[in-house]
Amino acid sequence: MKVIQDLLAQMPYAEVVRQDKTYLVTVPKEQLYAAASLLKNNEKLSFDYLNDIVGIDNGDSLGAVYILSASQFPSYIIRLKTLTDDREQPTMDSVIDLWLSADLYEREVHDFFGINFLHNPDMRRLFLRQDWKGYPLRKDYDANPELNPIPTENENLEAMEDLPTVDIDLNGKRREQHQKLFEKEEYVVNFGPQHPSTHGALHLRVSLDGEIIKKIDPNFGYIHRGIEKMCETYTYPQIPHLIDRMDYLSGTIHRHGYCLAVEKALQLEVSDRAHYIRTIIDELTRIASHLLGWGCMANDMGAITAFIYGMRDREKIMDIFEQTCGGRLMPNYSCIGGVMHDIHPEFQKKVKAFVPYMRKMLKEDHILFTGNPIARDRMDGVGYLSKEQAISLGATGPTGRASGWSNDVRKIEPYAAYRHADFKEMLRSDGLTFDRYVIRLDEIEESLKIIEQLIDNIPGGACCAKTKAIIKLPEGEFFQRVEGSHGEFDVFISSKGEKYPWRVKFRSPCMTLVNTLKHIAVGGKIADLIMLGGSLDYVVPCIDR
Amino acid sequence: MFHLEIITKWLDEFLRTYLLDGWALFIEFVLIGVAILAAYAVLALILIWLERKVCAFFQCRLGPNRVGPFGLLQSVADMIKILLKELIKINKVDPFLFRTAMFLVIIASICTFGALPFDKGIQAVDFNIGVFYLLAVSSLGVVGILIAGWSSNNKYTLIGAMRSGAQLISYELSCGLALMTIVMLSGSLQLSEIVAQQSYAWNIFRGGIPAIIALIIYLIAGHAETNRGPFDLPEAESELTAGYHTEYSGIQFGFFYLAEYLNMFIIAAIASTLFLGGWMPFHIPGWAGFNAVMDLIPPVIWFFGKTFACIFLALWVRWTMPRLRIDQLLNLEWKILMPLSLINIILMALWIIYV
Repeated sequence: MKVIQDLLAQMPYAEVVRQDKTYLVTVPKEQLYAAASLLKNNEKLSFDYLNDIVGIDNGDSLGAVYILSASQFPSYIIRLKTLTDDREQPTMDSVIDLWLSADLYEREVHDFFGINFLHNPDMRRLFLRQDWKGYPLRKDYDANPELNPIPTENENLEAMEDLPTVDIDLNGKRREQHQKLFEKEEYVVNFGPQHPSTHGALHLRVSLDGEIIKKIDPNFGYIHRGIEKMCETYTYPQIPHLIDRMDYLSGTIHRHGYCLAVEKALQLEVSDRAHYIRTIIDELTRIASHLLGWGCMANDMGAITAFIYGMRDREKIMDIFEQTCGGRLMPNYSCIGGVMHDIHPEFQKKVKAFVPYMRKMLKEDHILFTGNPIARDRMDGVGYLSKEQAISLGATGPTGRASGWSNDVRKIEPYAAYRHADFKEMLRSDGLTFDRYVIRLDEIEESLKIIEQLIDNIPGGACCAKTKAIIKLPEGEFFQRVEGSHGEFDVFISSKGEKYPWRVKFRSPCMTLVNTLKHIAVGGKIADLIMLGGSLDYVVPCIDR
Repeated sequence: MFHLEIITKWLDEFLRTYLLDGWALFIEFVLIGVAILAAYAVLALILIWLERKVCAFFQCRLGPNRVGPFGLLQSVADMIKILLKELIKINKVDPFLFRTAMFLVIIASICTFGALPFDKGIQAVDFNIGVFYLLAVSSLGVVGILIAGWSSNNKYTLIGAMRSGAQLISYELSCGLALMTIVMLSGSLQLSEIVAQQSYAWNIFRGGIPAIIALIIYLIAGHAETNRGPFDLPEAESELTAGYHTEYSGIQFGFFYLAEYLNMFIIAAIASTLFLGGWMPFHIPGWAGFNAVMDLIPPVIWFFGKTFACIFLALWVRWTMPRLRIDQLLNLEWKILMPLSLINIILMALWIIYV
């Protein structure tokens, strides 16, 4: 696109490679901030959405890949890459003032690669304990258990509240400053890691003034399994089994995304039948996930009956999965080249019976909860998220769409069988809690429409393409986006041509949602915090990976 | 009408024929105490079973159905379990207050329970200031809750206790004012007297519109007094884990649990006594035949029937509505219910004078 080429021409220091709609831009470390701010703050086309920051260890150098896209033309992607040779004390400029989402991404890269981002006011580790030794995703990491023994004591609270800032002064000297997260007399309450409504083991430290929230500090990592590290020792067909275990509610969709990435890299032709089946399964997963999200939000507001209603209808989908895939929560269905095995003979009949049933139940759900005066009052005027904020925070999925940000990957780059289905991208403009609530129910309706259109037209043929016994990806970097039920899920695979990936990175849609919570819940009440958490609908294993 | 009075009268005469008056009284006191405690415990078990069944009904589930027929023995099994559980000793609590708190809550609840007129002659104490007594004693419970939250030395319990303090003290006002409307109508504070006056028309029929408004206000405010959803802010499971009783275990928690269920019963029982005729059967003036048929149903059944109807209402609300936020809760009381009950008192005065 000409606008992007003009923009990139303003960066004489950059090396640009174009692959279709993706631009790979490599800039020297010193020019990183200049390049990033040019891409963000220009009048023609602002790259206002930072998908992810991927840390990478090339053996001799450490690097970070900034995946950027513009909300105006979301199908174009710039991968801004920068490398540093310093492995002792690597530093890079922080882009925290350009994108709100950079905050947690930079902490994640710091945690796993030890890169310090200059001027980022919060350079704590994100997932691991503050006293962890070494940076696990570096290739020379020493996994000796004696270095990091299983801790027998609680994590030091002082260390958790200590915010280091690294910066380099004019003489090139490195300085480290420390700040305190909370004042001494602040009333800090722990929500989690064991708490009924954190949707997993999430730890929110909340500073309160009576009932009013002053500050939130999320702590992750309680169920961190190091999936990205594990992937580096797994072969390509083994990896999908880990992906289901990240976001267990939209595992099928994320797994689908990974398979698409590998198929793209292999240039493998997947049959239409597999595409159709995958799409239908994805949409069923989305319905199940939204139903649970709806129920959990109602439960967070104290309406337990609504939760049971959601679970009851979700059960029908689980039954369909059980019959066709063998699994319920973890269907383990997509595989490289197609799907594991063909659909059950009764699959179509059952899905067709489910669609009208779900429509009827949706009406009931609206009667039970949407129209409830207390529920309406609770959601009214709380948790405003503007469109600009949503984009800057990278709050994708229903949350972003409730704020009017059109970010549905199914529409942006229709993958699988979505181009054969006629459906609307649900958008709302207000960005309030009620919008985030009701958009999920509307999306269930749209998903039902997609299913209805595809279920009768599943083409014949093989359900899985033949692949080689040992899959080796060609050398290069591969990137695939899919629309998960909580937001955009990205797979980034860097391959050196072996049967194991060099580096795999999954974008967690839920991490940005917790970051969003940090911004929108301040000033609300305790009850609002819990409700907003429900309305954003994050899943903690997806964050922790 | 078959009153249980016969039994109590007979017992009284029987004891007096064989014993000195003082001794007879002493034995009667003990018997009453035992009877109240037993009824308290049994009712709690029934209520817990009922709640679980009704809740299951609203949620399209079956509810307990394994222990005994229809799961009737489930709550007995639960009671045995809770009695056997360890009382966890918690560091850094205020031990004296921590162990006192639940007794305050349960004493307040039992004291109120004792004054209820179940039937003619089945009422432990019949004060001439009965309504006043009920209001005074039932409001003692909040002290126990505040102490429980404070002494646990936990941030959740403290927030829960503070919420509870704000909530119970506010809603007591509407509760009291709603009962005052009925006191105006009957001109008496004595519960037996109030029930006796309703032999031909229950107070909601006698009091007309103001009485109906008062009943609705009382049911809302009373429901809030019991700390149950949608007014379960002090416990607020999804926010404060278990609110003021987070740190309690075993039977210590059991006491709070008992008190919660019995408070629900007490609120329903007061509503049925003051508004729905207590143990009085449903009579229509002039319809002698109909009234005679109604009289065949024992008054105790009338009393429990009305009470359980109110309880069902409370359960229905609890399992349908989401929880209020603290500011909405206080708005509802101070900006809607309280002014409304004050106006209602004037309405009732006009009703009494002109109708």
